[in-house]
Amino acid sequence: MDMTDLRSLATVLCAIGFATVVWWAYGPSRKQRFEEDAQLPFLESDDEAYHPASGNLRNRGEES
Amino acid sequence: MTDHPQYNYKVVHQFAIMTVVWGIVGMLVGVFIAAQLAWPALNFDISWLSFGRLRPLHTNAVIFAFGGSALMACSLFVVQRTCHARLISDGLAAFVFWGWQLVIVSAAITLPMGLTTSKEYAELEWPIDLLIAVVWVCYAIVFFGTIMKRRDKHIYVANWFFGGFILAVAILHIINSLALPATLTKSYSVYSGTVDAMVQWWYGHNAVGFFLTAGFLGIMYYFVPKQAERPVYSYRLSVVHFWALIAIYVWAGPHHLHYTSLPDWTQSVGMVMSLVLLAPSWGGMINGMMTLSGAWDKLRTDPILKFLVVSLSFYGMSTFEGPMMSIKSVNALSHYTDWTIGHVHSGALGWVAMISIGATYHLIPLMYGRKAGDMYSVKLIDLHFWLSTIGTVLYIVSMWVNGLMQGLMWRAVNSDGTLTYSFIETVEASYAGYVVRFVGGAIFLFGMLVMAWNVWKTRQLALSGPALEADAGSPEADAREVMA
Repeated sequence: MDMTDLRSLATVLCAIGFATVVWWAYGPSRKQRFEEDAQLPFLESDDEAYHPASGNLRNRGEES
Repeated sequence: MTDHPQYNYKVVHQFAIMTVVWGIVGMLVGVFIAAQLAWPALNFDISWLSFGRLRPLHTNAVIFAFGGSALMACSLFVVQRTCHARLISDGLAAFVFWGWQLVIVSAAITLPMGLTTSKEYAELEWPIDLLIAVVWVCYAIVFFGTIMKRRDKHIYVANWFFGGFILAVAILHIINSLALPATLTKSYSVYSGTVDAMVQWWYGHNAVGFFLTAGFLGIMYYFVPKQAERPVYSYRLSVVHFWALIAIYVWAGPHHLHYTSLPDWTQSVGMVMSLVLLAPSWGGMINGMMTLSGAWDKLRTDPILKFLVVSLSFYGMSTFEGPMMSIKSVNALSHYTDWTIGHVHSGALGWVAMISIGATYHLIPLMYGRKAGDMYSVKLIDLHFWLSTIGTVLYIVSMWVNGLMQGLMWRAVNSDGTLTYSFIETVEASYAGYVVRFVGGAIFLFGMLVMAWNVWKTRQLALSGPALEADAGSPEADAREVMA
């Protein structure tokens, strides 16, 4: 196995790695969970507790 | 100082304030050395005011003091909010803050004295390098320790970017700074020749890729959705974005060494990987921008969102320009000219500084028990936005003009093969660009002073007035009592 084989192998492995990430991210069975994960920054009940007068952050746009 | 019942906001507040302070200091030094290039007499024949010593002070101050404080403020804020867990240790967090400030002060003392390893963006001598390593490891422990305490199983994408940034910077710093000390203030790198150059630019470009990109993308993935009040455009794209970006960035360093003694194949690999990098960079930019789809009207009224979104457009511009400049034939024209400086500042002012400023405006009011982004004056944020944008545009356009002109003048030859221009003629021709760059930088700096005023007034507002209206016994009133 010479250097060229190793280089080819590295290229193929990187391509497979990338394809795996894309498959994992876009697999239909994981659609739901990623949509839920995207909500993580908004699951902060402490906002209301900490700022009782100011209301929920997500309503801020409607107030102004 | 405000004390949040659940989270450690103290260290976030400290780093947020120092972001503004070091931003002003670092940019002031930048404006001063910009003035020196236009009017060289400004070095006053004092060695520690000379360009060669103040330039690394400027780069260290804006990257590691301003950018570093912004990254630490935002990462320690976001990791708590998205893991629903307090930092693993308040004591260690305090050590990270004071340790980092000590690093910055040491840099501000040693660099003007001329103590330097001469490695770009890694100029600090070995005792300071050791301190950086210790502080950084503690920062990593605080960050990853807090992630281990998280409430939800999933780790939010912003934390993936912050984690990648923290891990990569530790590796980069330690490997590139390996040196044999000769005295307390002098050391010799363990690398030499071409290997030294390659290690240095492996470090240098990944400082751009992980410190100035991955870290700030972490900021983007939290603050853009929060400020726009809607989840990120595509969470699935963000997963691909993360892995593609970190896998490709590490190979791009050789483009800093085109047409040097670095082996030709290494240069070509660096160029190809830099070109490939366009894809994940733009994937991330589009993901951030499209988060606003359906809510573009918010840009009319929310200057914080303007900061965040315009920073993304500068990010898109500079990550298009970068791959283009890494093409060998383009690099033959652009390398060693002011075009490079313009490119760097399109990223540094337009992307890094503007997203940091936007994120800081979002979180500073929270530190004083106010709503996110509820600063003393929205009009002043808007003013700051325009000063930043105009300052950045003046800066990068003047450097484009200078860079292209310098590159073309340097390569111009007469019919007998002799050079058409002497070097000093190209310096003379650059004068107008240097003046415009100085003006642009000064405008950007003025914006930071407006920000400092706004932060100060927000603090005063929180410490005085509204506390009277709050119901006694409410958590808000409790919080204000603690502050006072």
